[in-house]
Amino acid sequence: MTATMAAPVAPRSPDVDSRGRRVLATRPTASDRTFVVAARSAAVSTLVVMGLIGLFLLIGAWPALHQQGWSFFTERQWLPEAGTFGVASLLWGTLLVGLFALVVAVPIGFGAALFISEYAPRSIKGSLITLVDLMAAVPSIIYAMWALFFLQAHLLTVAQWISVHFGGWLPFLRVNTPDSPSSYTSSAFIAGIAVGVVVMPTVTSIMREVFSQAPIGEREGAIALGATRWGMIKTVVLPFGRAGIVGGIMLGLGRALGETIVVYAVISPMFEFTTHPLQSGTNTIASHIASRYSESSGVALSGLLGAGLVLFLFTLVINTLAGIVVSRSRSGSATEI
Amino acid sequence: MQQRVRVGGVSPELVLHVASAAFGALALVWLMYQRLLPISGTIGFWLSWYFVFLILLAAVSATSLDRMAVIDRLVGALVTSAGVVMIACLVGIVVFTVVRGIDALTHWNFYTQTTAYIGPEAPLDQGGILAAIVGTLEQVAISVLLSVPLGIATAVYLSEVRGKLAKIVRTVVEAMSAVPTIVAGLFIYSMLILQFGQERSGLAASMALSISMIPVVVTTAEVVLRLVPNGLREASLALGTTQWQTVRRVVLPTARSGLVTAVLLGVARVIGETSPVLLVAGSTAEMNADPTHGPQVSLPLFVFNQMRLPLDQAISRAFGAAVVLLVLVVVAFALARIAGGKAPGQMSRRQQRRIAITAGLAPAPNAINVRSLEGDIS
Repeated sequence: MTATMAAPVAPRSPDVDSRGRRVLATRPTASDRTFVVAARSAAVSTLVVMGLIGLFLLIGAWPALHQQGWSFFTERQWLPEAGTFGVASLLWGTLLVGLFALVVAVPIGFGAALFISEYAPRSIKGSLITLVDLMAAVPSIIYAMWALFFLQAHLLTVAQWISVHFGGWLPFLRVNTPDSPSSYTSSAFIAGIAVGVVVMPTVTSIMREVFSQAPIGEREGAIALGATRWGMIKTVVLPFGRAGIVGGIMLGLGRALGETIVVYAVISPMFEFTTHPLQSGTNTIASHIASRYSESSGVALSGLLGAGLVLFLFTLVINTLAGIVVSRSRSGSATEI
Repeated sequence: MQQRVRVGGVSPELVLHVASAAFGALALVWLMYQRLLPISGTIGFWLSWYFVFLILLAAVSATSLDRMAVIDRLVGALVTSAGVVMIACLVGIVVFTVVRGIDALTHWNFYTQTTAYIGPEAPLDQGGILAAIVGTLEQVAISVLLSVPLGIATAVYLSEVRGKLAKIVRTVVEAMSAVPTIVAGLFIYSMLILQFGQERSGLAASMALSISMIPVVVTTAEVVLRLVPNGLREASLALGTTQWQTVRRVVLPTARSGLVTAVLLGVARVIGETSPVLLVAGSTAEMNADPTHGPQVSLPLFVFNQMRLPLDQAISRAFGAAVVLLVLVVVAFALARIAGGKAPGQMSRRQQRRIAITAGLAPAPNAINVRSLEGDIS
């Protein structure tokens, strides 16, 4: 610092601060301020919509929750006229159907994701991805019709075979009248498999996305060290995509829990804990709401809203966890964007 | 199908192994099923065939390969069959729906009449899905109007404004995409019909649909906006533009095709939603072109109502309407792919030619080598 660089003699302008340095500050124009405010309010309003969902479900469900107290979560029956109703058996059925769905969707989705990302020739890869996305876009009502008029008829013999051959060792596979095919219709097993087909594309596309992000250098390294293709997948792709596998499973579960029409079309409703999944009769929250909304009023309707609130919170928790898991797996690989 | 397992060409040995395992398994299982075991059933037959096939494939491969390579081949077969099962499910569902719906679809009145004044047992040459088509188009159009501005503005906030809220908004939008559609319907039911005392209408259905549509639009549009090269933004800002001008004149036009994709994917997602419509649209067989008053039927709702009737004609109508719905979904989806097939900023041949002509590079439209230009850009 020398004397020649002393305070400037020029008159103070608004652009110069007290120590004589030029102030570099952007002053947003009116249009910019409007733009930022508009974009922010759009973002905030999506937050508000989400909040409103919870709020209005809670307002609607309050009479039922208030009347039933904790027994809303422990009561199996749904008898609003008698004043006792709860979601216990519905929750159990929802979980059971979701688990059956995962048993179908996860192995096939996992295999299909590996096939598309690792095995399929490049020429058909793009169309396979499109087909999976299209399968995810097929309306669930079409899956419901397929499940009701096609899948169910073909699964009856499978259910019967499982029940007859394994029911001896595993009591929960038994049904009341094993000889009659009609005792296997409308079961949690069939509904679960149908829902599994519905969520399969979701599981596939999430897993495929994560698998295809496995670093190319490590893949080539494994191949160069003499690994077979499966060796490369086992040592590079799967460890890299572990979070994506978990996230895909959880997102698939979230979808399966909320699936309404397919379950409603297939099952025959029942308000007991489903202990024999191969036997006719089960229930899920979503299907229960769809089947009862039109004939309900007063506290019964409020109870349905309460069941909806439970489903909402349930899927919210599962999907938030899944989102955290999946985004963690993406964090390192997305740097080039 | 088995050739697809290997990228680097198919060796004759692989074909031989797979074919011999497949035929061997077929013969063995046929023998077991037809001659030895007292069981039958199509699904069981093919499941047993598959397991025997895997075992035989391993055995045959082991004659010329080491252990690692045999495992590799087995995993390849498993993974390929998972892919085949998946595609087979999709094809099976589409073919099944079309085959069952073809009866209704071949009647012209199916597209020009409603089921208002006929009984459910009326033959297929009476009644149709006109009311449902009108209802679906109106409901989807309204939900596009409701959710697209909001969704794209939110995506712009997430990718361009990037305020403090961005992280929370992104998390909430992700959570919103997971809201079961029946819960979205219940929400509109509770708010609009129970609290505000409105009647069931097409508008209420549209609002329920836009709850499902907003997150699809936001997430897709955000990805597209993030793909716009930063250099373009910086160049625009360096010219002295304001942020709004940059967004309006540079970012959004560059991402236009991707934004169209976002909208169309949203449409494809909600056009077939049944459960929210079931709760809030009410039920009618009559034509109701006014979405703001009175119950309005839509395609998914029509399918749902008809498939529950224990009558062949009604079920045929349900399948016919399902095919129409499927066609609408596929059209929306195909348009989305065509629009989104281009990367942001990539221009069509016509656009490139126009730019070249205005820049004086090309004297005549055909003189410019479009291929080489395309190669440069991609």
